[in-house]
Amino acid sequence: MEPKFKPGDVVRIREDYPARHFRTPGYVQGKTGTIAAVHNAFRNPESLAYGGDGLPRQYLYLVYLTQTHLWEHYTAAQDKLYIDIYEHWLERA
Amino acid sequence: MSHDRDHAHNAHAPIEEHQAMTAYEKRACAIESLLLEKGIITADELRQQLEEIDAITPALGAKVVARAWVDPAFKIRLLADAKEAIAELGIATDALTTLVAVENTPHIHNVVVCTLCSCYPTTLLGLPPDWYKSLNYRSRVVVAPREVLREFGTELPSDIEVRVYDSTADMRYLVIPERPTGAEHTREEELAELVTRDSMIGVAKARLPVKS
Amino acid sequence: MRHVHDRGGWPDVGAVNPTEHNYTVWEKRIHALMRVLTRHHLFRVDEMRRTIESMTLHDYETLSYYERWITAIEHLMIEKGVLTCKEIEERIAQVETLQR
Repeated sequence: MEPKFKPGDVVRIREDYPARHFRTPGYVQGKTGTIAAVHNAFRNPESLAYGGDGLPRQYLYLVYLTQTHLWEHYTAAQDKLYIDIYEHWLERA
Repeated sequence: MSHDRDHAHNAHAPIEEHQAMTAYEKRACAIESLLLEKGIITADELRQQLEEIDAITPALGAKVVARAWVDPAFKIRLLADAKEAIAELGIATDALTTLVAVENTPHIHNVVVCTLCSCYPTTLLGLPPDWYKSLNYRSRVVVAPREVLREFGTELPSDIEVRVYDSTADMRYLVIPERPTGAEHTREEELAELVTRDSMIGVAKARLPVKS
Repeated sequence: MRHVHDRGGWPDVGAVNPTEHNYTVWEKRIHALMRVLTRHHLFRVDEMRRTIESMTLHDYETLSYYERWITAIEHLMIEKGVLTCKEIEERIAQVETLQR
């Protein structure tokens, strides 16, 4: 199984608020960022949280977003937010 | 009751502490004693974990940073694969840890948070401070990192790039602070003393060497 | 709608108070207990998180960090059928008796 994205790819973080456990914070949902690195594939915490086996594994990516894109009143244009997001939460932008 | 004797055997829990437990501590005591009684866990296992918890202080992380400062090749290995690099220093990490080291430079300042809970590089820094786990820090450092750093007494130049790392998954992030000016000829063991826990979270810089 | 634990950028409550305290004996024991139980694969850290996240906003904001932990551990021990509510409550009553 190969990762879907590579460093430099521009991606959008999906918006979703399932009632279950998930690890994609609301403040980055619906936002666009860039893949900084590809980590390994990990067991999916959304399944592990309920005693599931976490399979299939999901690739985990380090994504960076610009702070001025995330927050309305942020001024330093060069500042960034780095966050680890699972592949199934990302789509090509 | 056998659970009394289990508590008496546990060197970390003198029987006198039963006198002043909060409601939740009594609950913890009850649950722990039931699990011991049923053989689900053993007193030795608890004792071992308590010893491991007590054994790790930020001095461990400071040792890694000091080595990175004096040994550029080690720093490259640390930034590429932190878990393997720290094993060179005899630091054991369990299978649960995936460590990533991020380097502060004159152009980039990194700071780490876990907005969803309290993920923290405990393997190198020990247990996190209250403020790191606080709702304030978790909510504010992502939206106003420069202001939060200022509250910790850390002023950053306006043209530096501030990177906030939100540890949402299995990665644990350790900041390698900049080597302070005036410490270019300091020995490795003394350098480690300049590396504070807060500088490895990213809310502060490393201490300046004391002028002799 | 935001879940109770999803705190990035919310709420805005002003300056961070750089407080810390020495961990108490019971806080460390709860931490040690969590580690022993996860190493025995009785539950995963993800399950602890899921349980804490399902607290009410009031509980999440008023319980201390380790009070949230022991609440989650208790919940999971009952959920997994390792302990029952009844025996936990009976044992708490016994612990209270010891204090007198």
